[in-house]
Parts: sequence; structure tokens; C-alpha cells
Amino acid sequence: MNRKVAREKFKEEKKIQIIRTACRLFAQKGYYSTTMPDIAQSLGMSVGNLYNYFESKEELAKEVMLTVSRWVAERLRAINEEDIPTKEKIRKLVESFFEISLKEPELIDYFLRVFLANREVFQDGCQGFACVGEVVTEIMVLLSKGVERGELRNQGFFPAFVTIMGPMGGMVFLHGEGVLEKPLMDYVDEVALNIWNALRS
Amino acid sequence: MEKLNLLWIQGLTCGGNTQSLLCAEETLLNTFLKKVNLLVHPGLSLDEDLEKTVEAVLKGDVRLDILAVEGAVRERGKGLYTVLDMRFDEVLRKLCGVANYVIAVGNCAAYGNIPALKEGSVKGLQFRFTERGGFLGDGFRSKSGLPVINLTGCPVHPEWFISTVLQIASGRPPKLDSLGRPKEFYTYFTHDGCLRNQYYEWRVEAEVLGRKEGCLFYRFGCRGPMTRSSCNRILWNGVSSKTRSGQPCFGCTEFDFPRENIWETKYNMGIPAELPPGVSLRGYIMMSGVAKTFTPDRLRRRLLDEDD
Repeated sequence: MNRKVAREKFKEEKKIQIIRTACRLFAQKGYYSTTMPDIAQSLGMSVGNLYNYFESKEELAKEVMLTVSRWVAERLRAINEEDIPTKEKIRKLVESFFEISLKEPELIDYFLRVFLANREVFQDGCQGFACVGEVVTEIMVLLSKGVERGELRNQGFFPAFVTIMGPMGGMVFLHGEGVLEKPLMDYVDEVALNIWNALRS
Repeated sequence: MEKLNLLWIQGLTCGGNTQSLLCAEETLLNTFLKKVNLLVHPGLSLDEDLEKTVEAVLKGDVRLDILAVEGAVRERGKGLYTVLDMRFDEVLRKLCGVANYVIAVGNCAAYGNIPALKEGSVKGLQFRFTERGGFLGDGFRSKSGLPVINLTGCPVHPEWFISTVLQIASGRPPKLDSLGRPKEFYTYFTHDGCLRNQYYEWRVEAEVLGRKEGCLFYRFGCRGPMTRSSCNRILWNGVSSKTRSGQPCFGCTEFDFPRENIWETKYNMGIPAELPPGVSLRGYIMMSGVAKTFTPDRLRRRLLDEDD
């Protein structure tokens, strides 16, 4: 590997490290309570060097949302591409979403506690679905294929979309608040069945 | 140079293509008439007699350079009309056998279209909708070696027809696509040249028919992005097209025409049930989602304020 390629690869890996760390810190401490020096310190790099990668905290926050969306979408896409009935896909979707929220809670927390809670930060360039398009796309694919296969009732996208995202996000939130009686994964079947019953044809 | 002999014969048709030819631009029509000897044409012939002409052609007394067929064919149909005591399909088969070039003028002759909706025995010349074969069979070649030249459309634009004939007259017959259509007219989509392309790109829907603003694909069933035609490159009557006048393209040059609910886009949970050729589902969702988020404000306003 020549030096230029190696340097590019190193930079790319470093960028992912920064995004991971920023995601965790923003999700844990909140967007405004986390500073660029906090992020640099957590990574053991200088603040100046951090700015070589991201020109502002706002830019970093947007890049985090884009990347998190991509990571989550990759998992959803794998489910979408399986040749299984839509009912089973919905169950796997719920299972995967809950799993992510347990193993990498910062990914879901970032969306719920940073992206949705600080809309002003994301106004320019990250509005609407611009930075979460990949996740929304996978949900759209799941739903439209379900209709095409005659398994789901045809309707407008948004009511169906919130019928999926609402219960999943709600359960993860309740889990985070520590009010659920059972472990989160124990609710997979029930939540999936509710979603299926609400959307089936 | 000797004029080409052209015979125009009608099967099951509303006569729309005959009407359409009468709307040809004057200079073009004059050029056409200089190069072509119309043996019989239902809208332009006064004295010529179809039966006598057909008889002379079948006897070999008159050379048939181009046979233009308008309308679908009912095989072994109980004669709606007969020529020389032969059923229409019989005489048509004979004429196709002696013609140098056979042109299917319009969607009925090409793919069957509306007359073929109810009866399996009604066909286009080499197709029946999406099925190859049709009345003449997939392997049919006219004396020139070409299959039937399909000039599709409901009706055909007069310039597509005349230009095709003039190309034949100049000794350079058109190159055809896999559905027998001249590539020159059916390579582009109706979408190409549509004045509403910016609205399509930024996903701004037309809210009512008949206005200049908004894309008709998202709500009103416009088939422009998936229909091959030159409607927005070679304008109708030199000035307009369906989409320019605020109507959706109905896809009348395609072999699955006509469809039901032509003013309506079918959706599966918010995504058009049919996407333009080659567009992936994920690609469409991503592009249209982002486009809708960043739509320029000017595209949400009226262009002219004639209603205000």
C-alpha cells in the first residue's frame, strides 16, 4: 500500500472513531453540554487536530446523524433482502432495533435525544429526512414490498411509518427510563404482533 | 426519381391516424406528396377505388412500395367489410406478402390497442399487446427484409409517419428498436423535453390538471418517464403536447396501452407502484425524499398569475 493510500485509510478510520466518540458523548451528556475539547480529550487528540476533520461541532453532529442512519439502515436492509414473509420481517426489525438499543444504545439515543431534541442544530442541510434518509428508505422498502405482496394494507406512507417507529421508539424510551417490568427483548414478539396487526391487509 | 406507391388500408380503427395525418404541417405534407403516390388513402383520396387498386396490386400490375395499415386485425372475423369478396384479414395477408415495406400506423395496428381488449382473435400486425407474434407472426419480414415498422401512438404524430416514409424514399429505411419502432422517434422518453422536468426533479406535484405548474407523474398518472415517444421533442401541431397543456401522458406509444385509471398514479404505501425504467426502489426513495426536502421555493409558486 503506498503512503498516500495508507494516509487516506488512516484518516477515514480516524473519522469513524471521532464519529463514534462524538455520538456517545452527545447521546450521554447532551449536545450543548458536550464541547469539541471534550470530544478531543476523549479521543486523546488535540482540539486543533479535531478541527482538521470537522470544521465545527454542528458539522460533526450532522455527520454523526448521517453515519448512524447508515449503520442502522445496513442492518434493516439485510432484513429487507431476506426472502421471508413481511410478518417475519417486522418481527426481525423490532428485534434488531431493540438489540441495537441495548448493545449500542448511543445510536438510538443519538436519534431520540440529540437529533429530535435539538432541531435548530440540524436546520441547515439536515432538515426533514436529509440525514436519516437511509433508515426511512428501508422502512419504505419494507412497507411497499409488503403491499406489493398483498400482505399489508395499502395506505399513505406516514401513518404506516409512525405505526412502526412509534411503538419501537416508545419501548426503547421506556426501557431507558427504567420503567419496564421485563427485559426489553422480552417484548419483541408482542410489539411486533401489534405492528403487524395494525398494518396487515 | 419515381414516386413511391403507398396504400393506406384500415382495419378495426377509429380513424384517428387518418385524422392525424391531415394535421401534418403544410411544408412537410407537400414534400410527402411530392415523393409519394397515394394509391388510396381514406382521408385524401376522392376518386381512387380501393377494390380496383387492391386487385391491380395483387395481380402485380401496380408495385406496392409501402403498405400502411391503420387499425387492428380480427382473424377469421365475420367480415365487417370485404375487399374483392375476401375478408379483411385475408386481403391484408396477401397485401403484406407483396409490399416492400409494411408500416403499422398507430397502436391498434401495432399492438391491438382498444379493439383487442375484449377478443383474443383481435391482434396487431406482429404483436398482441406484450405478446410477440400478432397477426403476421414474429418471423414476418416484408420484401425489403424489415419486420413491420411499428409507428405507435394513439394516434401517431403525422411527422413520425411522414419522416419514416421519406426515409424509405431516400433509400435509408429507419433503424428499429426491439419492438419494431424507429429508434429516431422512440429512443427518447416523453419525459425528455417536458417543460415540467424541474418539477419532477424536485418532486413538486401538479395540484390540478390544465395548469403549467407541477409534475403530473406524482398524482395524475403521467407515463412520461416510462413512455418512449417524441411528443415533447416534435410538438403536436407544432406547438403543444399533452404535458405542455396540463394533461398527463397516457403512455399511448407503449404496447401495454390502454391502461385503467389513466389519471391516477398508483401508490404502494407512498411509493409509485411503477418506477421509471432502471430506477431502483432505494434510489427513488432517497432521491425523491431529499428533493422534496430541498425544493426551491420558486417552484411552489405560480408561473403566471392569470387566475389571480
